Amino acid sequence: MTKTRYCLIAATALMVSACGSKNQVTSEAGSQTGAATELTVRIGHVAPITGDQGHLGKDNENGAQLAIDDLNTEGLVIGGRKIKLELMKEDDQHDPKQAPIVAQRFVDAQVAGVIGHLNSGTTIPASAIYNAAGIPQISPSATNPVYTSQGFKTAFRVIANDVAQGAALGKFVAESLKASKVAIIDDQSAYGKGLADEFEKAARANGVEIVAREAGDDKTTDFSSILTKIKGKHPDVVFYGGMDAQAGPLARQLKKLGIAARVIGGDGFQTPEFIKLAGDNAEGQYASQPGTPKDKMPGYTEFDAKYRAKYNLEIQNYAAFTYDAVMVMVAAMKKADSTEPAKYLPALASTDYNGVTGNIKFDARGDLLNGAVTVYQVKAGKWESVATIAAPSAIVQ
Amino acid sequence: MSELLQQILNGLVVGSMYALIALGYTMVYGILQIINFAHGEVMMIGAMVTISAINMLTAAGVELPGPLMLLAGLLIAAPVTMLLGFLIERVAYRPLRNAPRLAPLITAIGISILLQQVAVLIWKSNPRSFPDVVSQQPIEILGASITTVQIAIVVLALSIMAGLLLLVEKTRLGRAMRAVSMNQPVAALMGVNTNRVIAQTFVIGSALAAVAGVMWAANYGLANPTMGFTPGLKAFTAAVLGGIGNLGGAVLGGLLLGLIENLGTGYLVPSEYRDVFAFLVLVLVLVLRPSGLMGERVAERA
Repeated sequence: MTKTRYCLIAATALMVSACGSKNQVTSEAGSQTGAATELTVRIGHVAPITGDQGHLGKDNENGAQLAIDDLNTEGLVIGGRKIKLELMKEDDQHDPKQAPIVAQRFVDAQVAGVIGHLNSGTTIPASAIYNAAGIPQISPSATNPVYTSQGFKTAFRVIANDVAQGAALGKFVAESLKASKVAIIDDQSAYGKGLADEFEKAARANGVEIVAREAGDDKTTDFSSILTKIKGKHPDVVFYGGMDAQAGPLARQLKKLGIAARVIGGDGFQTPEFIKLAGDNAEGQYASQPGTPKDKMPGYTEFDAKYRAKYNLEIQNYAAFTYDAVMVMVAAMKKADSTEPAKYLPALASTDYNGVTGNIKFDARGDLLNGAVTVYQVKAGKWESVATIAAPSAIVQ
Repeated sequence: MSELLQQILNGLVVGSMYALIALGYTMVYGILQIINFAHGEVMMIGAMVTISAINMLTAAGVELPGPLMLLAGLLIAAPVTMLLGFLIERVAYRPLRNAPRLAPLITAIGISILLQQVAVLIWKSNPRSFPDVVSQQPIEILGASITTVQIAIVVLALSIMAGLLLLVEKTRLGRAMRAVSMNQPVAALMGVNTNRVIAQTFVIGSALAAVAGVMWAANYGLANPTMGFTPGLKAFTAAVLGGIGNLGGAVLGGLLLGLIENLGTGYLVPSEYRDVFAFLVLVLVLVLRPSGLMGERVAERA
């Protein structure tokens, strides 16, 4: 039996090792050097920095850091004291199990507020911990409706949620693409499945037939079996609820299997990375993004230039939303003249801020008020906006 | 009908990739009775190095027809993984050759995490797209599609298996390998340089991993530092299914696993249960027939 037992132990050990790996704490305890008048206020930022969504997480982190740097350069005085902001950076590896651990680390470090998480699957479990500790949380990118419907006073987001996004996409597929048959695939994450569910509802309501509903996971690269199943049902459009690292290969394999249907999806793959990964089948695919088109956002061009100058990188997705999230949080601190969570939280709830991504106001649940959704298409190797859909009403071309 | 054929083709292609990786597992197991869990990561390094190599060649203005470019990338990647395999054996396994069997397993997992993190440092954690050097135009066969890369994968898996069988059965090195596999101390007494034979096995296995990595990346169009993990585990399952230590078994196990996965999710269960299938197979084989389909029943030594 030794051989058998050995294999079993081996397999188990490997499963366990898949879950845990490194995580550095970036707490710098002794950073309050000398100057008694200057107070260091820490704001937490968390996103997947390692793993296959690392490019998106780093993008968010860069956006937050840019805001912190801008605010520090400007010079902040709150409650009569000079304030130096510091970003405490954490990595949740888009793992719902890791998220509460990171959240607890922020609580223990007594951060003034948290910007994050990136994914809905991590934002939702972590939000309970921030709520219990009374620490305000602003997610720049978590779009699942559950996040703000838990009755937490501390939960906010600066991006339209998936009810809005799913509704807009359903309407777009029916009215603009004139599709009658749609196949839906998701990655079983809170975000991907949530968006796919909302899309399915909206598409059905608009008279579109859903011919297949399939799922991979957030690490799938081989969609050939799923797509073969779908091929026989002749969909006009394949909807994918998930991120770019999966949507790219999916688009490629669609072409290999000789399926002519267009791919459409949400903000998870409206990224330059998708265009690279989808290779010869990127052209013509659609994805939406909450907000007005980036080129019509009030401060986007300037922000884009600033980002490029600082990081020498292309913005992936939510950097501007993360930048705004930090700005909104600090604006509330200024308004309340305090960096204490309990004191500035009411000011945060009544935010009225004009940011890079547009005007930011929250409704009673912490959702972005009047969030629009824009649909983009890959044209000549670049995402171009093709339609903007305001939250409830008609399509604006 | 064409859907069934397509699912079978899908299964054969994925299965051949599992088989390519499983051959590496099984060779090392056959000789040392240890499972080299870093094998999936060696495959990943092979894929990443190939991508960098092809990009560098293209940037340097080298123009070659697609398949030759792929081969050039592989010829750069294979020596890198071979060296890596040699080092892994030297650092992580040789010092533990007489240690309890769990010890090299732990170092294997350690090496695997180390390689992943080193790859993140070198190539960053976001997926790299594979350069479009080979045509991805599908070829139609009876209503089902397959690409040239996919055909190459199947052919490669079978011919590499045949090559390895020849190597093990017909050459001097192969005879030494079999001797070491049967009884290391006695083989050493008979004048076999066991350390060298084991190192050579690792080097050959790692070259196979590079081939698997390149074909995997070329087929799916991307590679990232964590790509080796799941295929590694699946290939391990395939090797166990076929009978670990048996070269023909590794290929049979790989092909079967690919077919089971694709036909299973195509017709039996919802597609989200795909991975459940692979590991269900692993559990069943371990419980019902631990020696695998083609493995010999070996009497347990005390």
